[in-house]
Amino acid sequence: MKALAARRHHRLAPVVLLLLALLTTGGVYAALAPSTANAETVSTADIETGKKLFQANCATCHGANAEGTDGVPSLVGVGAAAVDFQVSTGRMPMQMSGPQARAKPAQFNEEQTAALAAYVASLGAGPAIPTDEQVDATQGDPSNGMALFRTNCAMCHNAVGAGGALSEGKFAPALWETSERNIYQAMLTGPQSMPVFNDANITPEEKRDIVSFLVEQREGSAGGNALGALGPVSEGLWAFVIGLGLLIGAAVWIGAKSS
Amino acid sequence: MAKQRPTTALGKTADYLDQRTTIGVLVKELARKVFPDHWSFMLGEIALFSFIVLIASGFFLTMFFEPSMALVRYEGDYPAAMHGQLMSAAFSSTVNMSFEVRGGMLMRQIHHWSALIFVGSIVVHMFRIFFTGAFRKPREINYLVGLTMLILALAAGFTGYSLPDDVLSGNGLRIIDGVVKSIPVIGSFVSMIVFGGEFPGQHIIPRLFTLHIFVIPGLLIALIGLHLFLMVLQKHTQYPGSGRTDRNVVGYPAAPVYVAKMTGNFFIIAGVLTLMGATMAINNVWNYGPYDPSPVSAGTQPDWYILFVDGALRLMPGPGWEWVIGGYTLSMNLLIPALILPGILFTLLGAWPFLEARVTGDHREHHVLDRPRNRPVRTGIGVALFVAFVICALAATNDLIATHFSLSIFAITWALRVLIFVGPVFAFWVTKRACLGLQRKDRELVLHGHESGRIVRFANGEYVEVHTPLDPQEVWLRTQHDVPRPLEIKPAMDARGVRRKGYRSDRRWQKLSEFFYEDRVERATPAELAAAHSHGKHDEIEAKAPAAVTGSGGAHRKK
Repeated sequence: MKALAARRHHRLAPVVLLLLALLTTGGVYAALAPSTANAETVSTADIETGKKLFQANCATCHGANAEGTDGVPSLVGVGAAAVDFQVSTGRMPMQMSGPQARAKPAQFNEEQTAALAAYVASLGAGPAIPTDEQVDATQGDPSNGMALFRTNCAMCHNAVGAGGALSEGKFAPALWETSERNIYQAMLTGPQSMPVFNDANITPEEKRDIVSFLVEQREGSAGGNALGALGPVSEGLWAFVIGLGLLIGAAVWIGAKSS
Repeated sequence: MAKQRPTTALGKTADYLDQRTTIGVLVKELARKVFPDHWSFMLGEIALFSFIVLIASGFFLTMFFEPSMALVRYEGDYPAAMHGQLMSAAFSSTVNMSFEVRGGMLMRQIHHWSALIFVGSIVVHMFRIFFTGAFRKPREINYLVGLTMLILALAAGFTGYSLPDDVLSGNGLRIIDGVVKSIPVIGSFVSMIVFGGEFPGQHIIPRLFTLHIFVIPGLLIALIGLHLFLMVLQKHTQYPGSGRTDRNVVGYPAAPVYVAKMTGNFFIIAGVLTLMGATMAINNVWNYGPYDPSPVSAGTQPDWYILFVDGALRLMPGPGWEWVIGGYTLSMNLLIPALILPGILFTLLGAWPFLEARVTGDHREHHVLDRPRNRPVRTGIGVALFVAFVICALAATNDLIATHFSLSIFAITWALRVLIFVGPVFAFWVTKRACLGLQRKDRELVLHGHESGRIVRFANGEYVEVHTPLDPQEVWLRTQHDVPRPLEIKPAMDARGVRRKGYRSDRRWQKLSEFFYEDRVERATPAELAAAHSHGKHDEIEAKAPAAVTGSGGAHRKK
């Protein structure tokens, strides 16, 4: 105490106090502030890079400050997860207008995508990119995921995620190739025709269960070739092409032997 | 001389049996029975043998299936997506037999593939019967037996498809429930009776099980027996060819030729079905999950043979077709596609032999088959029905077409709504013209021979192509058929100028008959043939016709 008392009149004491106060405030803020806005550590430099990329590639449609234009949504508040989903799957920047943006090889690398996400996230709070643990299929429960998928997703995406048609040329894509992170982000942000399944609706653990169910489907079918997992139509088609094809072929062969 | 006793073990056994059952007579009769030979006569055999595979694999499945809707929790570890879920005992036992019972998955898949092939081969077999006119007298009854078996096969397929009590088949049952409820007046009562209360209830699976493993297969076995008995009794039809008439059967004896062929074919069919069951997954019910009335997944379709009803339902516009009359709703949007349309289809198919005999005025027996080209209207209507079936089936897959070909589902539905009216008519017209064209080609060939490609120049500078005359068998094939004419009817007034009773009905039949036989190509007559051979200057250099008709080899002929 004596040492402290002796130095409190030091001329640097106010500076030290100020720094301590700032540190405390910052620390408390960091601990209490909603974590969604900055799950990843982003630097101002990232945001700057992101802004430049945005203005060069996205601003034509989404507006110079991502405020949106006629018929194009504003990106303020969509969050990093939405940007990461759209850009990493190649849906954005859009190749051409149509019923819906299609997935294609991504135009930006991971670093650029992260910068774009950081820029858009800086415009307003929104869902953050999920952590690796949140999307780890091995930690999920596929059985619960199956039940949730059947109730919430299968009507558009097909029972095992083989995809399905929507109105006017829109469609729910197949989920065989979609990364775990992207599946999670799609539920979180509801891209295009898809509804948003927020964390109150389907909890993060339940989202992981769904991811786990979908990943399990990729191991193939227990009964042999899944034939596209499209159900009775593809089965009927193959029954005719392979089954009746072979059997009628055999009949022709047997019939030709004698005559 | 003393009667010779058999010395071998086989001979002794046969003799023992014969002395007690006189089975030898039957064997003697059947073994030497002559059947004509053609690959298309084996299509029905595919149906028969896949039915045998169905019975065998189905027998295995009943050992492990539990037809109950009691709620149980699935405790098996595989598939992981099913572990710990609540489901009916029917679903649980289906998953269990697939993952826990040795060979269960294989048997389930063989059974389901066989079912698809069974119905498929029946339909293809029926095409052969229809297009070749094998339903004509005396085979009308056997045709109806076959048609009944087709309907029973559809019923067998649908009841079996519903047994696992999964989401997919449950949705199918829900559609059936809706269709049943759309029947005027009695619909709701029938639905209540079928499901034992409100859908889905607790009773439908056990009831379907009884139908699927007892009633329907029992009827099928009985009708198969009748079908084959009539086939043997009436003798098999044969394709036209020289030496084949309505009074004989040209072919080979049942033993040993057909015994060997049929045995071989059975093993091929069983082998192909087993191979399909072993390598191609079918109806993975655990992907759809246990039945729950709320979810419907994308890509929900019935098995292929019910697709046309599903497609008709999808094509039918909804609004404006639900008529409320005096407080009662009449759902024409369900009645028309799901009941009236299949009703018309099966009525037309059932009535066809009688309808055709009436408009042809034909009461003779026929054992020689038609070449489809020689009956242009029949062939055209058959193709039109087939096209309508395909369009309906495509409509049922509109969502898959949309995703796989990047099309708008609404555009597909509208295109098919137009096509369902235009397509069959266009198909009929094209087929009829093609048939008439082929008949003209036949006539042309008979009268002028094959083009030989040999061009000859005469001294005066004229060029002719030498035609090779057809050999007598080729001529026979192209000239053996009847060319039916429209019905001739008595005049409207009798001799005393009184209007004749029944004239109007006669006239209507005549009009239908004209639709069938107005356009026709007359076959070449012997006189025309003779004239064709003697005309023209190039006769002298016409290539020499084959000297003699070659016999039909080792073929036996039955009186």
